[in-house]
Parts: sequence; structure tokens; C-alpha cells
Amino acid sequence: MKRFVMLALLVLTLAVPLAAQKPAAQDEFVPVTGAPAGAQETIPAQRLVGIAYGFIWVVLFGYVWSVRSRLSRVEREIETVSRRVPERK
Amino acid sequence: MKKLFPLLVVVAAVMFACAPTMILNTPYESTMGLVQKIFYFHAPLGMAMFLAAFVSGIGSALLLFTGRPRWDRWAVAGAELTSIVGLLVLVTGPLWARRAWGAWWVWDPRITSTLVMWMIFNAYLLLRRYGGLGSEKLAAAVALFGMANVPFVYWSVNVWRTMHPKTSVIPTLPASMGTTFWFCVAAILLVTTVLIMLRVELEKRRQELDALYLAAED
Repeated sequence: MKRFVMLALLVLTLAVPLAAQKPAAQDEFVPVTGAPAGAQETIPAQRLVGIAYGFIWVVLFGYVWSVRSRLSRVEREIETVSRRVPERK
Repeated sequence: MKKLFPLLVVVAAVMFACAPTMILNTPYESTMGLVQKIFYFHAPLGMAMFLAAFVSGIGSALLLFTGRPRWDRWAVAGAELTSIVGLLVLVTGPLWARRAWGAWWVWDPRITSTLVMWMIFNAYLLLRRYGGLGSEKLAAAVALFGMANVPFVYWSVNVWRTMHPKTSVIPTLPASMGTTFWFCVAAILLVTTVLIMLRVELEKRRQELDALYLAAED
């Protein structure tokens, strides 16, 4: 899981600048019959605001959950190892 | 501090939960309308990113100068939060820009320098994960470079020609917008502080576990 997260982080770090490159300049116009579907395209502001706030909440809750689960895993491991330490003494 | 932590968690959670209601009741901005409301979380998240970068940078500097592992906990926690909060800044910004500027992304000095700073802290985390023994000192130097980026990111909008709103936008906010904005700043900085403290605790327990493993091996 950790490896997967780190790999995803690496891919994301490398991919963002590439994905964010300016689109290549258009060198020809292709005609279509009638108005293209996207001619009136505008993204409603509500959707953008909703996505922004939803994303923030999901990421923050996900992070809290991730830290809590990592913490409880470490606690369990500490318990197991500390039982082994006095046995050896 | 441990006694104060639960109170801090409750206050941060209540403020964070109340923030959307306040934002909803704040008047629209005259030219951008509804989409400008992303600003009430986007700008405070930027401030939280700076806070986390400072925590990581100062923790790293103290680790390099004193060699004490306790500072390493703060360096790691700050770097991880810079990456998480930075991701939120870099995602919410384009959502706002798409409507306000008509483009998801422009190679603007503020946006580009924020991306570079975010990548430096991701490099820190990758170095910590795969760098092996002793990587914490090398990573600490990376975090110092990351922290050194903060003033460049902050002043980039005032120094270079840019589409991004300038820093003067915040002090000149009218009271109706300013109250909501500063409430969101307090809520998000508090949430970030709580998350950093939680992450420091995790790192502390990990260091204790490493010490236990060493004791078990002896």
C-alpha cells in the first residue's frame, strides 16, 4: 500500500508538468455540419465550487483516516515487540 | 500540550464545519460571481501550505544543527502536510481559474512557483521513503530549499506580471468578505496544526518502535 502511494506520488509529481503543457498550436481547421456539441460549453460555477469543496473534505478526511490507521498499526507493532523485549532479558 | 490537544481538535472541527455556512452567506464578488467563493478555502490553504513548509524547514534546520531525532518528527510531519495541502491548493486553483480566466492552467509565476515548491516537498518524501539509512540529513537539506521557496511564491504576484490576484487583495477585503475569509484562515490553520501534531505523534511512535526493534535484536 505504502509503495503504491509513493509510486502514485512519483508519477503525479512527474506527470503534472507534462500534463500541464500548453496545447500544441492548431495548424488546420476542420469543418463540421451544424453547430458542434461543445460550442456553447461553459462549466456551471456551482459544479466547480462543489468539486473544490468536496475534494478538500475528501482529501482531509482521507488523510486523517490514513494517519489514524498508521498510528494504530504502529501501536500494535509496539505491543508485539515490547512483549518480546522482556522475554529476552 | 497533550491536555490541550482534544480541545484544539474540537475547536478546529467545529470551525471547519461552520466555514461553508459562512461562505454561503457571504456576498458574491462583482465580476466573478459564485466561483470566487473558492477563494475562501483556496487562499487559506495556501497559507497553511506555507505554515507546513516552515514547520518542515525549521524542523530540518534544527535536526541538522542539533542532530536530535525529535526535530526530524516535525520535519517529516511538515513535509507531508505541505504535500497534502499543496495538492489541495493546486487542485482548487485551476477549478477557480477555469471559470475566471477560461483556462485550467497557465504558466503564471505564482502557480509555477507553487508547483515547484510542492514538487520539492514530494522529493523530500520520496527521499525519506527510498533514501535508506542516513537519508534524513540529505532530506533535511531538500526541505530547507523547499522552505526558501516560500518568499518567492508569496511575492511572485507582486514582482512579476501575473494573472493571479495580488497580495493586496486580502488587506483590502470589505468587512462582509473579510470576516468570512479570516474565519476560514483560522479554521484551516487550526486544522493544519492539529494534523501536523497528529503526524508528529505517529513519527514519535515510529521512532520508539525502531528503538524497541534495536533493543530486541541486542
